[in-house]
Amino acid sequence: MDVSSGSPAISLRGVVKRFGPITAVAGLDLEVPPGICLGLLGPNGAGKSTTMRMLTAQAIPDEGEIEVLGYKLPGESKQARAECGVVPQLDNLDVELTCRQILTVFARLYRVGPRERAAAVTRALAIANLTERADTKVDELSGGMRRRLLIARGLVHRPRLVLLDEPTVGLDPQVRQELWSLIDGLRAEGTTVLMSTHYIEEAERLADVVEVMAAGRIVARGRPQELVTAHAGRETHEVYGPPARLQELRAQGEAAGWTMRRSGPALAILHAERHDGTLPEGVRRAATLEDAFVVLTGEEIE
Amino acid sequence: MSTAEAAPIAAAGGRPGRRRRRRLHRIEPRAVFGVMSRDATVFTRSWKTTTFSSIVEPTIYLLAFGFGFGALISSIGGLDYKQYVGTGIVATAVLFSSAFPGMYGTFLKYRFQRTYDAFLAAPVDVDEIVSAEILWIALRAGVYGNAPLLVAIAFGLDPKPTALLVPLICFITGAGFVAFGVMLAASAQSIDNFSYITSGVLTPMFLTAGTFFPISSFPAGIEAVAKINPLYHCVQLVRDAVVLGIDPLPDLGHLAFLVAFALILWRLAIWRLRKRLID
Repeated sequence: MDVSSGSPAISLRGVVKRFGPITAVAGLDLEVPPGICLGLLGPNGAGKSTTMRMLTAQAIPDEGEIEVLGYKLPGESKQARAECGVVPQLDNLDVELTCRQILTVFARLYRVGPRERAAAVTRALAIANLTERADTKVDELSGGMRRRLLIARGLVHRPRLVLLDEPTVGLDPQVRQELWSLIDGLRAEGTTVLMSTHYIEEAERLADVVEVMAAGRIVARGRPQELVTAHAGRETHEVYGPPARLQELRAQGEAAGWTMRRSGPALAILHAERHDGTLPEGVRRAATLEDAFVVLTGEEIE
Repeated sequence: MSTAEAAPIAAAGGRPGRRRRRRLHRIEPRAVFGVMSRDATVFTRSWKTTTFSSIVEPTIYLLAFGFGFGALISSIGGLDYKQYVGTGIVATAVLFSSAFPGMYGTFLKYRFQRTYDAFLAAPVDVDEIVSAEILWIALRAGVYGNAPLLVAIAFGLDPKPTALLVPLICFITGAGFVAFGVMLAASAQSIDNFSYITSGVLTPMFLTAGTFFPISSFPAGIEAVAKINPLYHCVQLVRDAVVLGIDPLPDLGHLAFLVAFALILWRLAIWRLRKRLID
């Protein structure tokens, strides 16, 4: 198997995808080594979902090359899809079916043999903690349960690569925690995971390696802590005050060459350790991935 | 797969994956049956409404025309009018149970439920999705198409043994019309577009198929146009199989027309749906 012999689970080289006048993906290079969880972190509209769809040949790139599990796309995409599990961002569960029925249909589609099928479905139900809801129709499930079922559907054939597109978008914090431990469990088993997200906390919590995507390109890559150190430094200095005062401070900072961002009601000065002694009174805290993300993508976090 | 399992394979070196690689063909029975199994599972819940609408409507036509007109017209071309309509209306039943599910079902599945998106993320291609939908709905049409015939038999129609070919005729005709429905669904901007098709194409088709009156009563030009209506060929075949007796050469022609219609529309449906689903 290519993955275990060390070649990347996914590799994209110079991938471009246009939709009419819009370039969604603009020359993307990305490699996902086997056995890790790679977080594709970027603001909405960065091209993450388009990238995910290209990995299953549901979108065909205009330029560039894509390989998934050693298979060249789009020609060998079907073989690649047979060996990976996909959890889409948008819920596309069959509302008329029960959890067990959905998993059984997908076990068939993933070519799980008739003798192993029931066991595969039972196992997937257990992973998603839906054993007791096995015979409940999808439209009677809560949002969190539906999302877990969506994940179980992508795992029913024990894939060695899992693609998660914004796995916890729109879910409440408690459900998000549940899903995070589920995804953590996958990683612990050695499954390669590619996860797109626009939640910094999610990338920080789950990803071994984060690739920051903005405007259709990768703008930075590294372990979360490396990204923080490289792009936001060690410490961040937050200054609170009336808007006029912060405005004035921003002008002063620009002259002095500070890296700054708005952080809620405060003005945050990054790489604070470089400007010791010159900064106005404020609150010192450790730099975060959010600081680095804002610097890299130019997007303010709400 | 756990790393513990993967490690020995890695240690063996080389590219063992190459040997394990199974060529997945463009249309694989397992994928087609997988998609059909989804439809069949849904059907276990919805069969009552589907069966009701597919059977009742043509039966009402049969009773209304058979007994209504039948009282005025005793026979057409040597056939008792009830026999004439009873065999003709089979094509109507096939149309209702194939074109409509093909149109509405496909549209709902790709637009609102995104079912096809889910399939395409698994090792299933558009060709297989379309083939599965056609096979499944055509199988149903192959069954529902017999309903009016059974009603006609209950009212005294005496079928020839070749009437056993009727389910096959219904299946082939149905396959073409499901594909027609899928193609339209994949091309439609909104579900309202289907009203144009229903009023502008399907209704005229079933009224001019030779179901209620022979198309030879039309002016020559219109009669020629009516002959490219697949339902006309279905009606002729069914009528021959059930009451008139098989007439090999013309009936082979009718059959060939229906098969060609199904095959062409099958490819067109795949082409349209692929355009819709793959960016």
